[in-house]
Amino acid sequence: LRDGALEGEHAPALTIKDSIPLGFDVFAHVLAQLSSHILAGKSQSRGLVLVAFTRSPSFYVDLLKRGLEVNSIQILDCYSDPHGWKDRIKDVKDMDKLCSLAIELGKGLLGEGKGRFSFALDSVNEMLRYASVHSVARVLSDLRSHDLASCVFWLLHSDLLEDKVAAVFDYMSSMVASLESENLSLTEQNFRRAKFSIRFKRRNGRVRLMSEEVSIERSGITFMGGSLLPKVQFNLQLSEKEQMDRAKVVLPFEHQGNGEPIEIYDGRRSLAD
Amino acid sequence: MDNLLDRALGLDGRGDRWPLLGKVVLVEDCVETGGAFVVHHIIKRFLSPQPAAASNHSLILVAFSQPLSHYDRVLRKLGCNLVAQRDHDRFLFFDMLNLRFPGEEFRDDVKTGSSVLVSLFEKIYNAVRALSAEKNCITIVIDDIALMEVVANGSSDSVLDFLHYCRTLTSEFDCSVVALNHGDIYSTTEKPMLMLNLEYLSNILVRAEPLATGSAVDVHGQLMVFNKGEHDGQGTPGSKVHNFHFRVKENSVDFFYPGGRG
Repeated sequence: LRDGALEGEHAPALTIKDSIPLGFDVFAHVLAQLSSHILAGKSQSRGLVLVAFTRSPSFYVDLLKRGLEVNSIQILDCYSDPHGWKDRIKDVKDMDKLCSLAIELGKGLLGEGKGRFSFALDSVNEMLRYASVHSVARVLSDLRSHDLASCVFWLLHSDLLEDKVAAVFDYMSSMVASLESENLSLTEQNFRRAKFSIRFKRRNGRVRLMSEEVSIERSGITFMGGSLLPKVQFNLQLSEKEQMDRAKVVLPFEHQGNGEPIEIYDGRRSLAD
Repeated sequence: MDNLLDRALGLDGRGDRWPLLGKVVLVEDCVETGGAFVVHHIIKRFLSPQPAAASNHSLILVAFSQPLSHYDRVLRKLGCNLVAQRDHDRFLFFDMLNLRFPGEEFRDDVKTGSSVLVSLFEKIYNAVRALSAEKNCITIVIDDIALMEVVANGSSDSVLDFLHYCRTLTSEFDCSVVALNHGDIYSTTEKPMLMLNLEYLSNILVRAEPLATGSAVDVHGQLMVFNKGEHDGQGTPGSKVHNFHFRVKENSVDFFYPGGRG
């Protein structure tokens, strides 16, 4: 996401998918990381437009305030009054208008300068409550294909959607990050640790899978295991049983160590000497 | 005196601030194990005699299932006088059975369907704004969501919209929202959308279930309290899950760990 789009290509698009309520923590983590890269000038993107449906803009400001310039983030508030119940004018159902508003905000971030900006959407599920799958897919596609888009990422709760709908958004992404828990019952362990898997779709069509254990605490996310292990058809690491079996194998010519001095017959004289 | 439910909900602190400020609490129950006592307990804790600093607590009860007399009777047994609180403007009762609201005459031209919820929200929003202007700490209780769906002619979208708007009140005015829902109504649907959406929306989920071993005289069921953490960068542990049993008595409820019943 940090490297952004190549010339002549659509911007990379990431779906963060969960079926347990931990996905938002990952979304927030990606948001915070990308924001700090933007601030440090380390990313292609010079600003970020956040389309907020499930949390208030002030929540995000608090979340990102650690060292962030407000100038590099714009928040499109679709949370406070999506249907105009408080203030009759607003209505988020018009997805085209939403899309163009988001792009305008991004251009505003760039000002006179050149460059690109990123989009973050929280969340696709809320958008689907207000508009059809086609409209929402069109918005994401338009954002992704815009000349000034550096990258796009969004949050998706797959257990709230039919499989075919979730598949639509999988197809639109160049990367899909999924969070799964080991077992289905609601235990404390469950909601702090999960398996984090990413599927990358490369330009040449090859797909790369990686996975890692994740631990989520109030202070943030910790990725265990140091680096992402690529997910391949064979095991790269030995299981415990395999490790024990390996320790038991007696190699030829290895010292057996039965307490007596070792004698190796080298064929030049008899052992009795 | 604090009990296991207070501890699970975070109500066992000694501070002046109501711990559930800005939070959405969803209570899920079923036919075998009613969860209304959890809602009554929270109401009682919220309106109980407080130190002077906390005397500005105001409760809005949106009742779809019972009349005021029912809540009055129940809360009196728990030691809380709702009628007196109402007379002091600390308790607002939105009677959705008869469509009567505080300060309004009964009207014939009542809207039906999903627009009922839009106008209900408008009334709640106005009430919250007025109370908030006087620096009040506000809790909105909804009893219950299943009947709200009936009032909205089965439109779960309208119910979700309404609850989304109630949630915006938690960020705009620091209100608490407590809602009761019946989980077993959705048990035959493959993906119970409304229930799942509500679980995502809430900060604290309280589920009342029967014991796996069936009904018993001295244990009426079990409670699971899932208190989700949010990012606040303070390094304290995130989400916590609490499990314990309960027994509903005439004037109170006992909470205890499995096997801890004396």
